Amino acid sequence: MSEHHDHAPPPDVDGPLTYHQKLAQALEILLVEKGVFSANEMRTAIEELDARDPADGAKLVARAWMDGDFKALLLSDTKSAAAEFGIDTGDVNIVVMENTPAIHNLIVCTLCSCYPRTLIGLPPDWYKSQNYRRRAVREPRAVIAEFGTVIPDDVEVRVHDSTADLRYMVLPMRPDGSDGMDEEALAALVTRDCLVGVTNPTVP
Amino acid sequence: MTGFSIGEQVRVRRGDPPGHIRTPYYARGKEGTVERICGCFRNPEELAYGRLDGSMETLYRVRFNQRALWPDYRGQSTDTVDIEIFEHWLEQV
Repeated sequence: MSEHHDHAPPPDVDGPLTYHQKLAQALEILLVEKGVFSANEMRTAIEELDARDPADGAKLVARAWMDGDFKALLLSDTKSAAAEFGIDTGDVNIVVMENTPAIHNLIVCTLCSCYPRTLIGLPPDWYKSQNYRRRAVREPRAVIAEFGTVIPDDVEVRVHDSTADLRYMVLPMRPDGSDGMDEEALAALVTRDCLVGVTNPTVP
Repeated sequence: MTGFSIGEQVRVRRGDPPGHIRTPYYARGKEGTVERICGCFRNPEELAYGRLDGSMETLYRVRFNQRALWPDYRGQSTDTVDIEIFEHWLEQV
């Protein structure tokens, strides 16, 4: 399930298909030929997933910073919170983990590349790298520092390994200096990396 | 009925069976605390081989202190990792 979005080889790369590329293409052709779904249905599904954007997650975070009731909903029932923005998170169980002055959350999938795709789109390449997957659970503070953020010693670093049926998104803390900003401006502070927990939002 | 309750100390089985296993090696044989009960899901070890109507299994989130996972962990002693683990991989301490 980890790599099925790499359904086509990159353009302008010569050379034979790899074993797994051939396998994926054969499977794709068979599923269409046998009528499990049509080529157009597959294309539509890929298009829908590609259209997911970290900005959707950022909108939820900004609303949570402005509205305590919405924040409570986001933390207890992420699907319903996303639905208020017209976002359908599908059958996936997404859980939002709140950063506090005492806890910093970091998301990883050590086994493959599980990620809250139905909410914030496809994961970045580094998220899928063996380097990140191995080290996020082994030396999370060093990994976060490499992304430019040092977590203070008195803050607990809590790593979430998405090994099974839940997917995670981080609710970062509202940054200092953001008083008076409206919801749209706040959402612009929340990048994809903040939602994974490798950095924190800042006011430029 | 679930076998383990929130806050209970559990140990991950140290098994190494063949097949598609979603219990990471680094947690096997380690002790942690049940953080929450996530509900019942199809066993991925059966799903991976196309048995779509296989058994439903209770899934837990277990919180491990980093030092329990890695004795030489260099971060703070309060740092933790939460891992989703199916019931048949857990045993009482």
